[in-house]
Amino acid sequence: MKKMQTHTENIIEINQLKKTYDKVEAVKGVSFSVSKGELFGLIGPDGAGKTTIFRILNTLLFPTEGKVTMMDLDVVNDYRIIRNNLGYMPQRFSLYQDLSVEENLAFFARIFGTTIEENYDLIKDIYVQIEPFKNRLAGQLSGGMKQKLALSCALIHSPEILILDEPTTGVDAVSRKEFWDMLIRLKKKGITILVSTPYMDEANQCDRVALIQSGEIMSINTPDKIISDFGRTLWAVKSDKTYQLIHDLKEMDFIDTVFPFGEYLHITFKSDDAKVSFSQLKSKLEKQNHSKVEIKEIEANIEDCFMELMQ
Amino acid sequence: MTKTKDNIIEVKDLVKKFGNFVANDHLTFDVKKGEIFGFLGANGAGKTTAIRILSGLSYPTSGEVKVAGFDVYKEREKVKKNIGYMSQKFSLYEDLTVRENIRFYGGIYGLSNKFIKKKTESLLERLKMQDIQNTLISSLPLGWKQKIAFSVAIFHDPKIVFLDEPTGGVDPITRRDFWEMIYEAADSGITVFVTTHYMDEAEYCDRVSIMDKGKIEGMDTPIALKEQFKAKDMDEVFLKIAR
Repeated sequence: MKKMQTHTENIIEINQLKKTYDKVEAVKGVSFSVSKGELFGLIGPDGAGKTTIFRILNTLLFPTEGKVTMMDLDVVNDYRIIRNNLGYMPQRFSLYQDLSVEENLAFFARIFGTTIEENYDLIKDIYVQIEPFKNRLAGQLSGGMKQKLALSCALIHSPEILILDEPTTGVDAVSRKEFWDMLIRLKKKGITILVSTPYMDEANQCDRVALIQSGEIMSINTPDKIISDFGRTLWAVKSDKTYQLIHDLKEMDFIDTVFPFGEYLHITFKSDDAKVSFSQLKSKLEKQNHSKVEIKEIEANIEDCFMELMQ
Repeated sequence: MTKTKDNIIEVKDLVKKFGNFVANDHLTFDVKKGEIFGFLGANGAGKTTAIRILSGLSYPTSGEVKVAGFDVYKEREKVKKNIGYMSQKFSLYEDLTVRENIRFYGGIYGLSNKFIKKKTESLLERLKMQDIQNTLISSLPLGWKQKIAFSVAIFHDPKIVFLDEPTGGVDPITRRDFWEMIYEAADSGITVFVTTHYMDEAEYCDRVSIMDKGKIEGMDTPIALKEQFKAKDMDEVFLKIAR
């Protein structure tokens, strides 16, 4: 970790950040940094503190405690300069619904003292997909098109850092994939991207991720390293009676966790030394009237790791 | 597609048009009693339109639709009495307490005070929420709200419950706890009709239908769909259909 930071410049530095609303501690002493050009993911459920952290980075909220710098500028004192170099796509669609697609884009360009033409190259890939509808009111676009317009508007002033708050929440699997493809193309143009998501499977698209829960970061690393740190034996089990299988496995005293994952259940053991063999578990289950039993050892995914860290 | 007593939802040639736009283009499907039926599709594929028709909130343009044995043209009120509905948003009153929300929904469905009182006690006990029964919904974590919202949606013992993206935004453990509640409801005979964007959840369904541009493009068990589309998981099936 240390080594990496000496090689690359940290464009975002967060040190012991705390944010309290009345009595609620939304962010409880969070520290991390993001390198220039990195695609960094903040991964966690609703209420984890993702939006609060992003609003502080965006200079829209003051920290209660801690030091936060963006491009070596302080988020409290230097907010004007930061805002000029930052693109932000909030979770809720916040463009002007009663302006057309083109009017929205022109409006954001003008606010930042630039023109659509000047930075057209940056948004071209994304904007061409909605350009046929450039005279349509933003409020009448489909969800996917709104998202592309919001991203174009966030990029029109060619920011150094792009912050996206849950851009894929409530978006179908196809549009999610397309959106991530767009982000990866933007990263190649040198933009530092900070993105939050509740979808664990999207972690693999990021260079590094922070897993966050209840205002605290549980782990920060590359997706591969988070997976290799899982450190426990993990089995996938299935039978013809899934609901029954959950109950039966939970009843076995040597089994620790049982979580459904698609067609399989993922199980861990109270002690890896004491675990049974595939055939022992299989015959146990067959005695309990399960058929088509299948058991295999598997590698953890990010969601397994997240749940392990939550326990 | 034969008519049997076991079908709790029967849809034949359902068409819904808005002006020239065909939101539902000749949908035909059945849902069996006690089944967990996954209703998937891209944004804008026509899922919400179909759910609104199945729950008696909107008339079809044409086609036959029977829900819990009632006709959605002529017996809408009976349809509504026999279904439950839960969406991720707006299902509970944030400024009412847990107990008040349960009381309110029980009242809407015309249940007697005595019945509501008795059932509320057993529900609070089962949810282990006796201690927070007088807490405002607004101060509870999302995962708890979702459990309460689901319990309230099936409080009047409906034959079918419609769940519209019930697990969005919750942590992975809460999401799985929620699915255990779904399994339990299905086990007790309630038919579960669910939409989700989590493709791993599609695998938990008995059968899945996948819509694209107003049409059903795939409908079967998850295993059969994976074979049909030569895909390793439901995510791949979905991408092959909706892309």
